[in-house]
Amino acid sequence: MFYNVINPLIHIGLLMAMPPLLPGVINKTKAFVAGRKGPPLLQPYFDIYKLLRKGMVISSATTWIFQAAPVVTLAATLLAGLLVPFGPFAAPIHFTGDLILFVYLFGLARFFTTSAALDTGSSFEGMGAAREVTFACLSEAAVLLGLLVLVRLSGSVSLTPMLLAPLAHRPEAPVLLAAAGLFIVLLAENSRIPVDDPNTHLELTMIHEVMVLDHSGPLLGLINYGSAMKLFVLSALVLHLLVPFHIGVPVADWVLFLVEMIAMAGVIGMVESFMARLQMRHVPTLLAAASLLCGFGFVLMVR
Amino acid sequence: MHWSINTPLVIVLLLNLFMLGVSRMRSLIYSAAAQGVILSALPLLLEKQIDLMIIVVAVVTAAIKGLLIPQMLHKALRDAQIKREVEPLIGFLPTMILGALGTAVSITFAAYLPMTQTGSSTLIIPASFSTVLTGFLLLTTRYKAITQVIGYLILENGIYIFGMLLLAAVPFLVELGILLDLFVGIFVVSIILNHINEAFSSLDTRQLTALKE
Amino acid sequence: MNMSIYTMLASTLSMAISGAPGLLFSRRSMTGQWIATLLNLLATLLGIVALLAFVSGGYHSENVAWPWTLPWGGFAVGIDTITALFLMPILGVSLLGSIYAMAYWKQTQHPGNGRKLRFCWGLMNAGMMMVVLAGDGVLFLMAWEIMALAAFFLITTEDHNPCVREAGWIYLIAAHIGMIALVAMFVLLRLTAGSFDLWMTIHSSVPQGMAAAIFLLALAGFGLKAGIMPLHVWLPGAHANAPSHVSALFSGVMLNVGIYGLVRIGEIMTVPPLWWGATLLILGAGSAVAGMIFAVCQNDYKRLLAYSSIENMGIICIGLGLATIGRTCHRSDLVLLGLGGALFHILNHSLFKPLLFLGAGNILHATDTRKIDALGGLAGKMPVTADLFFMGSLAICGLPGLNGFLSEWLIYLGLLRTAIAAHADTLVWISLAVPALAITGALAVAGFVKLFGSVFLGNKRSAVVDHAHDPGAGTLVPLAILALGCVALALFPELIIRLLVSAAHAWAPQMIASTASFGSLAPLQEMAKLNAGLLIGGTALLLLIGIVRQQKIRAAIPTWSCGFARPVARMQYTGASFSRMMAQLFTWMIPVKPAVPPEGCYVPQPAQWTQDVPDTVLDRGLIPGFALVQRLLERFRPLQNKPVNVYLAYMLAILLLLLLALCF
Repeated sequence: MFYNVINPLIHIGLLMAMPPLLPGVINKTKAFVAGRKGPPLLQPYFDIYKLLRKGMVISSATTWIFQAAPVVTLAATLLAGLLVPFGPFAAPIHFTGDLILFVYLFGLARFFTTSAALDTGSSFEGMGAAREVTFACLSEAAVLLGLLVLVRLSGSVSLTPMLLAPLAHRPEAPVLLAAAGLFIVLLAENSRIPVDDPNTHLELTMIHEVMVLDHSGPLLGLINYGSAMKLFVLSALVLHLLVPFHIGVPVADWVLFLVEMIAMAGVIGMVESFMARLQMRHVPTLLAAASLLCGFGFVLMVR
Repeated sequence: MHWSINTPLVIVLLLNLFMLGVSRMRSLIYSAAAQGVILSALPLLLEKQIDLMIIVVAVVTAAIKGLLIPQMLHKALRDAQIKREVEPLIGFLPTMILGALGTAVSITFAAYLPMTQTGSSTLIIPASFSTVLTGFLLLTTRYKAITQVIGYLILENGIYIFGMLLLAAVPFLVELGILLDLFVGIFVVSIILNHINEAFSSLDTRQLTALKE
Repeated sequence: MNMSIYTMLASTLSMAISGAPGLLFSRRSMTGQWIATLLNLLATLLGIVALLAFVSGGYHSENVAWPWTLPWGGFAVGIDTITALFLMPILGVSLLGSIYAMAYWKQTQHPGNGRKLRFCWGLMNAGMMMVVLAGDGVLFLMAWEIMALAAFFLITTEDHNPCVREAGWIYLIAAHIGMIALVAMFVLLRLTAGSFDLWMTIHSSVPQGMAAAIFLLALAGFGLKAGIMPLHVWLPGAHANAPSHVSALFSGVMLNVGIYGLVRIGEIMTVPPLWWGATLLILGAGSAVAGMIFAVCQNDYKRLLAYSSIENMGIICIGLGLATIGRTCHRSDLVLLGLGGALFHILNHSLFKPLLFLGAGNILHATDTRKIDALGGLAGKMPVTADLFFMGSLAICGLPGLNGFLSEWLIYLGLLRTAIAAHADTLVWISLAVPALAITGALAVAGFVKLFGSVFLGNKRSAVVDHAHDPGAGTLVPLAILALGCVALALFPELIIRLLVSAAHAWAPQMIASTASFGSLAPLQEMAKLNAGLLIGGTALLLLIGIVRQQKIRAAIPTWSCGFARPVARMQYTGASFSRMMAQLFTWMIPVKPAVPPEGCYVPQPAQWTQDVPDTVLDRGLIPGFALVQRLLERFRPLQNKPVNVYLAYMLAILLLLLLALCF
């Protein structure tokens, strides 16, 4: 009974407090691999705080959508985070069919972000928006195929039962394939290498980074926070597929979850360090490969 | 053999052959009128009881086919100022031979058709087919529009003869209907003849191919 | 007491004559338009009364039949839940369209074609109502033809424009091909069922071939009307070239009538063969994905909206296919979710598509161009239209918070349930339609971001924007009402849950009890609460932004965009460039032909890049196909151009042949 109250609170707390840690871990990992010292682990927190305190300069060509977009994105990601179970604990909000809501909340965020990009009337942002919506079509297919594997596996259409299905019934291959596919989608959606380089601001490479060129001050802070939260939520999702172990004691499980998330960020950092960014025209191939992986997993399950 | 019926029919057959061979338009119209009058008298010969209605219909038919329609055609002829038919597609004599052949064939083959007592014992069916054939021949081989109209008239005569077989079943209204249809057709065609003449200054239907796209 | 059906018949009558009095008045007076709108209002009110009577009567179907003097059929009409559901959009959109036309297509400004438009508007609406009400095959066909012909005249309202005429001809040909298929289908139905009474169940002893022929003919006929690919070729041209409120009626209501036919055909066999549902599903998925891909690449915003209608009809077909499969496999959950989702989506589509088209009418009225790439920055000039259009775009993309999401959600749930291992394994492959739906959703986002972003946001791309302004209340009120409807359905789906369940019960009485509910299959109430949370939260956040921005904004400068020294409005991304990447991904389906500037000069000449998006089926398939047939048939030309005598000789030859045949 006690845990029924406190687990959702811990969930919400982690969801709000922990996300900026992940980019910090990723940057530290990349620096370590490159032989540098790298920025402090908690640097993203400081950056967000700094930005929130600043004033904004907005473009005179924009409308209310430009200012609404970071807020709506954050709200949608937050709601999506409330749908995903962390560790072995049920999500605060779960009901039949919430996986579709989960996927479409990111679609809502994308609608607003790309509209805000077009709002500025700049060719850079328009380019980023065009790439974003095109790649989204392919990654949506991969996400839904991966989730289909889980639906078949667990016999349920709600995220909490799907992801917390008992370990004993897990066949190896389909789940691993789905996990691989979803991991690729995670890299794509969060603008990580090999899809997009979050550090550069060259026209050739940008998808997500370029859409937020004109945001400044608190809006930029919210955007950074929101993208960190998106990384957090999607990582939590993929973790269920990769590391479905639970200890049984609630406190230990929460700590295990924290460790797993940090490890996940480290893995992403390693991937970023050892891979080069793909040419833009190869990105659809990569996303199609993700769809195929998930599709294969599905076929294996059904056969 | 019903000599009373077969005699007029033989005359009709002979008239067919005559019309196929003649080239003067006035003769053509007169022969068509004569054929029409003879045919209008047929019901009087076939009908068992003759009452007022049949006589009225016969008289009206004779008037239309014998007087009214030929009058319209003569008027059209005068307006167009033509006297003779031009040389047709297959010549006057060959057309007559063809018509005669057709008559012979229809007399021979009439026996093969499943027909009633009246049909198989009189010349109605051969006469009907032969008249239809004559009408068609006139329509297809002649070039002047008026001749084609007369061909159409003769075609209707052929159908009328065939209708004699159904006299018991076909009420008079239908016969009157056929008659009305014929009348209207001729009326309309006269108007068209006038227009063709105005447009092309001749009634030669070969001119109409100038209208193709 | 049959009150509902009689009132509905009265409503149909009022609708039919609504345009007629206007013909008697002069071209310069508005009296005719007022009368038409009032009669339309009367029709809608009568219709609403009839529907309320129907609902309060417990959803019992009512039928009325009178004989007539025509040789076949009789005047049989009936109203059941499915009919009631399809009547709702007709009544609503026709009224809103008439009100919109009072300001948009004023008689005084369009003296040449206003009266014709209103006359055909009334006839078309009445035709659609009669199609949906008809209980007899011959009456159905007559009403269908009235509807189709009235639609033709509505499309060609502005017939001085050659594009409009061409679109009208293509529509007419397509509509009549569909008509032929429908006549053949009704004849076959008469042969199997014994009478023209509609929607009787076919006995299972009917041979497979006959049932298959009926289904395929129905698919062809109704699919042509509904715009299922590849039978959609008439749709983009017709919807784009008609006046905007007519396009709203077409997209929002006329396409539904095609779907109505498909829904009814699914009823005629108690256990249809599996391939019926599978065909509907596959065609629907194909239409949805391909339709939206075409939409994204369009340069004309009305064509974009038209292709988006094709996409939505595809989604509805997916739901229908799923329901038919559920009927075959005795899965009542699939029937409920599939049919419920499809019917819900029809209602939703009839709300947001007219909203978008009427908004497009406002844009057209203000700027007089249909090209997306000539506009930009309209949100500053037409804020109310922009906001309502944005709401419509959110709804049509099926994003959470508005009604579009709910109907797509139901269909998703139905499809996902086929993947659950506890049930039959053969149906699992159906769940592969889920990624297809997901791709459609992402494509819809792409298309509508392109549309909204290029038209309303950014800077103006040409001078036509200069004089744009928000039109008067007469054109904004219908938009607001439709947007309100979207929100209402999003927050209160309970309003129609009873209707959907009752419709499913009417469609498959043996499988769905009249007291069934979505319940645990699809917790609509939960979703409604989430929608409410999203909407309220969204509004609250916007207000918060409004408060915060006052303190936080330091300056408003032209767009920085990485430090361009002299940005020019022409530098911003156009709609065509936005969709170029998508077009490149799908070149095998859309052979876009960019007109590339010539190369090989030392000094580059002024150049222009244009992207022309043909409709693949029409321009690459049908038109060359027809040209080939024409070339083949031209070989027979010499037979045709002969003197009159030769034609008569043809007749003689045939007669002789027949005579010979009679002899032997």
